Amino acid sequence: MVDFSVWQILSNLLLAARWTLALSLIAFAGGGVVGLALLAARLRRGPLVRLAVAAYVQVFQGTPLLIQLFLAYFGLGLFGIDVSPWIAAGAALTLYAGAYLTEIWRGCVDAIPRGQWEAADSLALSFGEKLRHVVAPQALRIAVAPTVGFLVQVVKGTALASIIGFVELTKTGTMIANATFRPFTVYACVALMYFALCWPVSIASRHFEKRMRRDR
Amino acid sequence: MSRLDFAAVLADWPLLLRGAALTLLLTAVATVLGIALGIACARARTHGRPLARALAAAYVELIRNTPFIVQLSFIFFGLPSLGLRLSSEAASIIAMTLNLGAYAAEIVRAGIEATPRGQLEAARSLALSERQVFLKVVLPPSLGRVWPAMVSQVVIVMLGSAVCGQIAAQELSYYANLIMSRNFRSFEANFVAAALYLALAAVLRQALAWIGPRWLFGRAATAGR
Repeated sequence: MVDFSVWQILSNLLLAARWTLALSLIAFAGGGVVGLALLAARLRRGPLVRLAVAAYVQVFQGTPLLIQLFLAYFGLGLFGIDVSPWIAAGAALTLYAGAYLTEIWRGCVDAIPRGQWEAADSLALSFGEKLRHVVAPQALRIAVAPTVGFLVQVVKGTALASIIGFVELTKTGTMIANATFRPFTVYACVALMYFALCWPVSIASRHFEKRMRRDR
Repeated sequence: MSRLDFAAVLADWPLLLRGAALTLLLTAVATVLGIALGIACARARTHGRPLARALAAAYVELIRNTPFIVQLSFIFFGLPSLGLRLSSEAASIIAMTLNLGAYAAEIVRAGIEATPRGQLEAARSLALSERQVFLKVVLPPSLGRVWPAMVSQVVIVMLGSAVCGQIAAQELSYYANLIMSRNFRSFEANFVAAALYLALAAVLRQALAWIGPRWLFGRAATAGR
């Protein structure tokens, strides 16, 4: 048994929170790229592609993130890739975030009245121009609040990476709890750390939502 | 690339079935308790006294801004130091209930706040007590309005319960882990588990969409939309 003061527990957890933050940002940025690519594919290509994207979203929203992490961890290994927890967690969380973000953003694009597309068509704008000058500016306004809200879900999702051996906040908490035999204090501190990370983001998301409603 | 062997995993189908059954059981219990807790908190936040309002808000924010796995670890590993020792199944149910309760509270609250004023006035003019107004006039249509969101949340909680295998609750992911530790077919075992979760999610969605209007809020509540 190791003796840790609460201060030492907190400072160790604070150091580990860096990796939670880093993984969250990687997943969010990667998921954003995947989400945008899928959204573009859905808007532009035929029904077959649309069906494929819908299936992708269904699979990632219909299976546990934990199992997705396991599949990435063991699946990449099948191809002879030496899988570090960083790669497995980054890949799984990116694909997971991509599925949710593309669905969120599709909702935002769908919320733009058809007349806007038709008006843009009648001006002979190309697909890219329609998106850039007509649809995106309006859809982006709607998208801010749910996108920021989803960031909370990503941060919480990274906690599952602890199970495949990624040393972030939760894993560090487990290790300290095992070393000090003080799981009550340690897990309470871990929860508070996540709360400190996520709560401001939740408040921001609500703020954006209120502002959007008011502007309408 | 080594060859995939799904037969080795599927041969253990009785274990997978048992795991899926416990996943559904945990989810069913947590759904009933969690929605009840959510309704209580939603009522506290919309009709309660200032203290009840603040407590319900704190609970909702605390749960919604921390990961489920930390909540579960706190309950299973942390509470025994206060003398509260729980089986892994009991800890799983409590964690899932508390988790669902917080999200359900926000969902139900949105439904309650969308109640037309006229309905409240009509109910009060019939001299119903506040309690009767809430239970008979406000709540059923509110649930009807938000039921699709509630169903999605229950599915999310069911999928989240995969973590409960980590504290040795013998649900689906627990058996997937057990199978892969026996035959080292790690990818195949998790792939089969993922397929089963996908099927469970679809079944759960259908079941809840069927149950809601029949048992909870009546078909009239959704017919008006």
